[in-house]
Amino acid sequence: MSATALDTSNHTPARRDIQRRIMMTLGPILAALIIAGCILLAVGVNPLTYYGFVLERGLLSPLGVQQTLTRMAPLLFLAAGLIVAFRAGMWNLGGDGQFLLGAVTAAASGPLLVQVLPAWLALFCTFLLATAVAMLWSLVPALLRAYQGVNEIITTLMMTFLGTSLANVLVKLVFLDPTTTVPQTRTLPVEDRLPRLFDTTITSGLLLGLAAILIVHFVMTRTAFGLKLQIVGANPRAAVHAGLGVPKLTIAVFAISAGLAGLAGAVDILGVQGNVRADWNPAYAMAVIPVVFLARMNGIAAIGFVFMLSVLSIGGESAARRLGVPHHFTLVLVSIVLIMLALAEYIDHRYNQSRKA
Amino acid sequence: MTNASIPPAATPDIVVLDRVTKRFPGIVANDSVDLAIRPGEVHVLLGENGAGKSTLIGMLSGLQQPDEGRILVDGVPTPITSPRHALSLGIGTVFQHMMLVPTLTVAENLLLGGSWWQRPKTEELEARVAEISRTLGIAINLHARISELSLGEQQQVEILRALVRNSRLLILDESTSMLTPKGIEELGALMRRLVEQGLAIVFITHKLKEAAAFGDRISVLKLGRKVGEIPPERFRALGEDEIISEIVELMFGKRKDDPEAEEKAPRVLPAGAASLLEVHDIEVPATANSPGLSAISFDIRPGELLGIAGIDGNGQKQLAEALAGQLSTSGGTISLEGRRLDGLSVGERRESGLRYLTDDRLGEGTVGSFPVSINFFLKQVGAAPFWRSGVEQRAEIEKRAGELVREYDVRTPSLKTPVGRLSGGNIQKVLLARELAEGAKAVIFNKPTYGLDLANTLATRQRIREIAARGLAVLLISTDLEELLSMCDRIAVISSGRLVGTIENTGDARTRVGRLMIGLAA
Amino acid sequence: MTGLFSEVFLGALLFGAVTAAIPLLLAGLGEQMSEKAGVLNIGIEGMMIFGAYLGFVGAFYSGSLWLGFLTGAVGGMAVALLMALLCVRLGLNQIVIGIGLTLGLEGLTALLHHFQFSRSYPRLPAADRTVIPFLADIPILGPALFRQHLIVYLAVALVFVMGYIYRRTQLGLNLQAAGDKPAALDVAGIDVVRTRTIAVLTTGALAGLGGAYLANVGAGIFIPFITNGAGFLGIVLAMLARGRPVWVLFGALLFGVCLSLTTAMQVAGINIPTDVIQMLPFLAVMIMLVLFGRRASLPAALGIPYERGAR
Repeated sequence: MSATALDTSNHTPARRDIQRRIMMTLGPILAALIIAGCILLAVGVNPLTYYGFVLERGLLSPLGVQQTLTRMAPLLFLAAGLIVAFRAGMWNLGGDGQFLLGAVTAAASGPLLVQVLPAWLALFCTFLLATAVAMLWSLVPALLRAYQGVNEIITTLMMTFLGTSLANVLVKLVFLDPTTTVPQTRTLPVEDRLPRLFDTTITSGLLLGLAAILIVHFVMTRTAFGLKLQIVGANPRAAVHAGLGVPKLTIAVFAISAGLAGLAGAVDILGVQGNVRADWNPAYAMAVIPVVFLARMNGIAAIGFVFMLSVLSIGGESAARRLGVPHHFTLVLVSIVLIMLALAEYIDHRYNQSRKA
Repeated sequence: MTNASIPPAATPDIVVLDRVTKRFPGIVANDSVDLAIRPGEVHVLLGENGAGKSTLIGMLSGLQQPDEGRILVDGVPTPITSPRHALSLGIGTVFQHMMLVPTLTVAENLLLGGSWWQRPKTEELEARVAEISRTLGIAINLHARISELSLGEQQQVEILRALVRNSRLLILDESTSMLTPKGIEELGALMRRLVEQGLAIVFITHKLKEAAAFGDRISVLKLGRKVGEIPPERFRALGEDEIISEIVELMFGKRKDDPEAEEKAPRVLPAGAASLLEVHDIEVPATANSPGLSAISFDIRPGELLGIAGIDGNGQKQLAEALAGQLSTSGGTISLEGRRLDGLSVGERRESGLRYLTDDRLGEGTVGSFPVSINFFLKQVGAAPFWRSGVEQRAEIEKRAGELVREYDVRTPSLKTPVGRLSGGNIQKVLLARELAEGAKAVIFNKPTYGLDLANTLATRQRIREIAARGLAVLLISTDLEELLSMCDRIAVISSGRLVGTIENTGDARTRVGRLMIGLAA
Repeated sequence: MTGLFSEVFLGALLFGAVTAAIPLLLAGLGEQMSEKAGVLNIGIEGMMIFGAYLGFVGAFYSGSLWLGFLTGAVGGMAVALLMALLCVRLGLNQIVIGIGLTLGLEGLTALLHHFQFSRSYPRLPAADRTVIPFLADIPILGPALFRQHLIVYLAVALVFVMGYIYRRTQLGLNLQAAGDKPAALDVAGIDVVRTRTIAVLTTGALAGLGGAYLANVGAGIFIPFITNGAGFLGIVLAMLARGRPVWVLFGALLFGVCLSLTTAMQVAGINIPTDVIQMLPFLAVMIMLVLFGRRASLPAALGIPYERGAR
């Protein structure tokens, strides 16, 4: 052992490893909370009060916790979609566009289908449609990347802007509910939506979301298909050398990732919102990106971090009302987490290198 | 082999390395090395791969700092802190891997290094280059783009760059690996002329013959230490063969011969056997970055070793990839055991028995962050018994991986170790195991011993001979002529994407191959 | 659609196109320099929005538009400094940091706007125009092109300045080497990190300036997310322009036309829903990418941090 070894006590290596992991994960979160807290101070808000309200509503109040768990449903689907894409080395930043179009599709088709089909079949078909539409939305960037080598960051971002506008057009012009004054789609009656769990207000979409992320986790870590995606992500040249059909895999990855984002939108509409209002864009997909990185692309870890994001999201909405801090703060906080995480990895890497020397 | 002028002993050394030591995680690259570099002398640094030559060069050119010891320039202890500093001290380096910007012209590359707010001093440069070219007898077109030049010409540009910067000490790092035999001779002559003008040259190589032919003084490095030095006086006193013996003794202890010049055991191929691998008229269109292939045809019989010789960059990689299926061909046929391969995908060709061992072990051959066990099966993802219905069978994978590790002597802390952490030789063993362990009928090797130390090099060559003896067809692509001469039954030479000739490896094969490589008839 | 070819419509369209094109032009020129040097600057949208905010604040509290441009450029450079420190110096992943900075700054500026301006929504007075004699009298084209704020002419002149830098100066050579083969630059004795940092800081200044123009001249007001993808459009322009600043200008004008269609149509009394028209610029982008995406040339060392001695 070199003289610069930090821990010469009788900790087993495994425990030290776990300690390191915990620090690497909590450290960035803590740092971000402090920095974001300073920003709050700068605009005249007491950060402790703010965080207190967030926890109070998001975690500690019974009603709030149920809302938190409900909010997790679309977020879990989005996280699952991002894990698939990022592990394969593809930056699908089109999540918000895919989400909105999936949501609009669900909002448009749901109320119609429940009138002609039994409830469960109607919901199932709505999910299918939403997934298909979202997948289609990823087709152009997928093809451009697979066959022309065009950077997908830009193409998916552009498709998001395009998709957001298209969603608005669809809501305001095509699927507009003529019976209300507020521009929105026809509302799906509560009894036709996804059932709630037991006596709570938690949507059963949460279970669907958990299932999605667990399935994704299993596929990525234990199946041949998942391994192929990881090879493409870790070393694209090795993927070619190993005989993997990279273009087809690329299109598959985009389709799956976008489909899951579309499902997220559908779950949000069918389980919670019931309709899509004009200019509605919760921008969940962007907020989930740091979560997926924190979880190191691990599906099971992601569940925990999605829960935290949910608490922040619900609690933040409450704090917005009580303290006048707009929900944009959530975006600021998670962005700082992302940057701190990258820094933490760097520091850890350097520390390791100096230990080996 | 005469030295035109040997400066008197009173001439001060330009650079002295005094007990220089450099460590990296896990190894000591240089261990207390002493070196004295004088003007007017070609000082050869000789050692096999891994002996520490490149690290010394890194320290002399300012890329790295020694951990212990010191460097003296003109007698004054001077830490060389950056490439810029090295240049200002008059130390110019020509690296083994090209350090020119391919999209800029020769002139633009030579102008790099001026302060950023100035206009490039083009006229001055042209005058200077003309002057240097005249005295040295080399001709370079200043307005040609680097990507358009041959590798030998690019090397000349790098030497020119060092001279334009008024270097007093020129370091040439493995500069002959990209040259034809004739090009190597010309480089030797150029070094002689430079040294006559008072320059000091440090010439790094692992090839004994070059060291003996071009050096005035030879320092031998082995595993980070300097194990001996042959000064000019001794050089003049002994003949070339004696010099070689002495060097060999320094490097390997008492040994009769150049260890890499193994005798090629005479082999008898089964007479009249039908060709196992038949390649006919392969065509690949040229692109901006790589030469194409045209009219490539050859046959390999079972048990036969066909070598492809040639200077790097003449289509070797393209040939290997076209055969393996990674590069699509615009014409021609490939048959293995009579079965047509040219319509099949990479995976299908592999299943038919064609194997390809790439030269790019970490960039292409493996996924460095994945465990050793998974890397064994990178080309069989999804195949039984390691995957059933798409689900991974950990036990099966571990079992087979363990067997392969034992059989091929892969030194790894565990099966779960990321393969990128293994040494080059052990990564090569993983690749060998993967490609050769079962089902191989014809194998393509691309530079299999590149970057390996002597032990692993010999072991790899031994494996190649073994599989040929088992009846496989072997295509050996290599830029190491000695390697080809010691192993192959026949040798073909590739030049600009064409096979310019194939010879039997008998008698004066070396001469005939050399002639083919420079464009003459064999 | 009788109003489509009326003088009113065309005049409004062209004028709006130029106004909308300037932020894109500046962002594109900036991103082009970063990419030449090998840095993929996804954070440019963050630089623009921060520049817009700081530029507006500067102009609002001082009453001087030019001071606003200055503060905007400084704001963009501040973000760029962070980017240079984290990505060029330390070598963190450029994409992750870029996304983080963009999202964070969009949120931050929205947050600050809420606390400062959300009750009053202050506007800036309309910008002064610099009229170029003779040329301004050409029918239709005249008022559109030659009655703009001075900064517009400066921005267009910048196109040729950049071209000069790239082709005729040592800096241009160094930038290209930094992007194509940083090892060669290092060996020639030039600090790769410093060269790339110069590029990134310039990008920040230009992007910040573009944002400030957008808020102060283009809109006269700062609202959250006002840039709405202008920075990303700048990246597209840089990608397609293949190293030539002039192409950035043409592309910016093309997108500017798309962006200004909404207001032009309103002015001309043509009734097409806003949301449909808002899709146009991004639709145009996708079409351009499909047609020309493959030929977008990007430097070899793009996005890869430089480490001396690493292979």
